[in-house]
Amino acid sequence: MKRLSLILTGLLLSLPAWAADAIGGEVAKRSLNMHAIVMFFIFVAATLFITYWAAKRTRSAKDFYAAGGGITGFQNGLAIAGDYMSAASFLGISALVYGSGYDGLIYSIGFLVGWPLITFLVAERLRNLGKYTFADVASYRLQQGPVRSFAAVGTLVTVALYLIAQMVGAGKLIQLLFGMDYSSAVVMVGILMVLYVMFGGMLATTWVQIIKAVLLLSGATFMAFMVLKISGFSLENMFSKAIELHPKGAAIMSPGGLVSNPIDAISLGIGLMFGTAGLPHILMRFFTVSDAKEARKSVFFATGFIGYFYILTFIIGFGAIMLVLNQPQYTDAKGLIGGANMAAIHLANAVGGDLFLGFISAVAFATILAVVSGLTLSGASAVSHDLYASVWRHGRTTEADEIRVSKIATVFLGIVAILLGIAFEKQNIAYMVGLAFSIAASANFPVLFLSMFWKGLTTRGAVLGGLIGLITAVTLIVLGPTVWVDVLKNKEAIFAYKNPALFSMTAAFFFTWLFSIMDNSESANKERAAFLPQFIRSMTGVGAEGVNSKH
Amino acid sequence: MTSPTIERIQNNPKFAALIETKRVFSWTLSIIMLAIYCGFILIIGFKKELFGTPLGPDTVITWGIPVGVGVILSAFVLTGIYVRRANTEFDQLTREVVEEAQQ
Repeated sequence: MKRLSLILTGLLLSLPAWAADAIGGEVAKRSLNMHAIVMFFIFVAATLFITYWAAKRTRSAKDFYAAGGGITGFQNGLAIAGDYMSAASFLGISALVYGSGYDGLIYSIGFLVGWPLITFLVAERLRNLGKYTFADVASYRLQQGPVRSFAAVGTLVTVALYLIAQMVGAGKLIQLLFGMDYSSAVVMVGILMVLYVMFGGMLATTWVQIIKAVLLLSGATFMAFMVLKISGFSLENMFSKAIELHPKGAAIMSPGGLVSNPIDAISLGIGLMFGTAGLPHILMRFFTVSDAKEARKSVFFATGFIGYFYILTFIIGFGAIMLVLNQPQYTDAKGLIGGANMAAIHLANAVGGDLFLGFISAVAFATILAVVSGLTLSGASAVSHDLYASVWRHGRTTEADEIRVSKIATVFLGIVAILLGIAFEKQNIAYMVGLAFSIAASANFPVLFLSMFWKGLTTRGAVLGGLIGLITAVTLIVLGPTVWVDVLKNKEAIFAYKNPALFSMTAAFFFTWLFSIMDNSESANKERAAFLPQFIRSMTGVGAEGVNSKH
Repeated sequence: MTSPTIERIQNNPKFAALIETKRVFSWTLSIIMLAIYCGFILIIGFKKELFGTPLGPDTVITWGIPVGVGVILSAFVLTGIYVRRANTEFDQLTREVVEEAQQ
C-alpha cells in the first residue's frame, strides 16, 4: 500500500510529458535487449537522415525556428500530440490503470481537457500575432526589453526543469530497457538532441516528433487490439477477467484514492490545463503552420490523437492486469519485474513476443529523444531570438547571426542538460515537472493570455505580475508536501497542497491586473492604445507573419 | 499594415458583429468544457459511489467508464464543432471584412 501511494504521489506530479518518475527510484539494470537496440538504431539512423534532409532546407531564421511555416495542420497535430504522448504518459498511465484501474482514466482526462480551451481561446490569436516564440506575442505592444527578458526567463526555467526530468528519465529508462549504463545513455540522448536541433532546426524536430507519434500510436493500437482479441472482443469479458485477477477486485472499476482532496484535484487540473497553454515548446508549434485555419486544425487533430491514445492506454492497463499480473515470467515477490511502470512493456512481450517488446522499448526511448529536442529548440530560441536579437542587439542583427547564436545556445543547453542529468541521477526529482507545469501556468500563461485579451495590460503589470506568479509557484512547491516533506524530510508541510497552480496562477492574474491599473505612465497609455490594432490583427490575421506573403 | 486598413476594419459593422458572434461562441464552448470537467471531478471528489455503480444487473461495467470516455469524446467533439464553424463561416466573414478594408 505504501508503495502504491508512493507511486501515486510521484505520478500526480510527474506525468506530464516525461518519464523520470515513471521509473522513479532504484532500477535494476537489465541484460542487453538486442531487438530493442537494433530497432532503436534504425530509428536513430532514420532521424539522422531526416536531419540531414532538413538541414539542406533550413537556411533562414524562419526555417530554423518555425520550419518555414510550411507544416500542415494534420502534421502539426501529430507533432503536438507527440509532445504530449511521452514515455510517462504511456508507461505511467498504463501502470496507474494496472495498479488501480479507473483512477488512470481520471488522470488522462485531466491532461486532455486543456486542449479544447486552447482551441477556442488562444490558438488562432497566437498564430496571428506570433512569429517564432511566445514572447513575440506577449511583447507585441509592450516594451521589448523587459517583457522579452521576463518571457525568456520563464521559458528557460520551464525548459530547464523539464529537461532535467527528461534526462534523468531517459537514463533510467534506457538502463532498464536496454541494459545500458546510465551516464552513457544520458550523454547519447544529449548528443542526439543537439544534432537534431542544431542542424535540422524546427523541421527536423517536428518530423522526429511526427515519426515517433505514428510509431507510438501504431504500437499502442496493436497492443489494445490484441488485448481485445484475447478477450473475444468483449469489454465485459476483459473487465470481468481483470476484476477476478486483481487483488482489489471490483474496486478497480470505480474511482479510488486519487482524488480524495477536491481542492488539490482542481488545482492539479488548473495546472495541467493552463500549464499546457504556457509551455514554450508547445506554443512554438503554433508558428510552424501557415495560418490561423491550419493552427485550429492542428489542435483539433492533436485533441483527437491524444484522446484516442488515452483510451488505448486504459485498455492496455486492463490488458496488463489480465495477461501480466501473477504471471511468473513478468512478476516476482515484489511485484512487476523492473518496477511498477513496466506493465505496458511486459504486456508488449505477452501479446507480441520478443520482437514487439523490442519495438515498444525502442519507441519509448524515441519518445524521450523527440521531447527533449523540442525543449532544447524552444530554450535555444529564447536565448537567440528573445535575449540576443531583441534585448541585447535591439533587433539590429542579421538572420545568419541570430541562427549562429541559437546553434551555440543549442550546444550549450545540450552540455548543461547532460551535466545536470548526471548530477541529478540519485536525486528525488518528482517535483520538477510539477514545478515546470506550475510555472508555465503561473508565469507564462497569465502574461500571454492578458496580452491577448486585456487592453489594460502594461509592461510593468506583465513583468511584475509574471514574476510574482513564478516566485509564488516555486515557493509553494518548496513549502508543499512534495519538496518540504518528500525531499527535505520535514514532518509536516507548511503549505498543505501538492499543486500550487490554483493559488499561484490567481496571484499572478491579480498582481498583473493591480500593477497594470496603477501604471499611469505615458508609455502605459501608449500600450493601451496599441491594443486595438493588435486585436484586429489577432482576429483577422491582417499583417500576420507569413500570411500575406501567400496571397 | 497601414492604419487606414485597421481603421476601416474597426468601423465595419460586419467586423463588430463577427467578433461578437465569435466571442459568444468560443466562451460558450469553453464554459461547457469546463463545466463537464469540473462536474466530473466534483462527482469523484464528493460522490464517487455514483461512478462505481454497475450499469445493470448482469454487467461489471460501471457508470464511470462510459462517463469518463464520454468526457474524452466531448473534448474532441467540441473542438471539432468549433474548428468547423471557425474555418468556414468565421474565416469567410473575416476574408470579406479584410477585402472590403483593402479596397
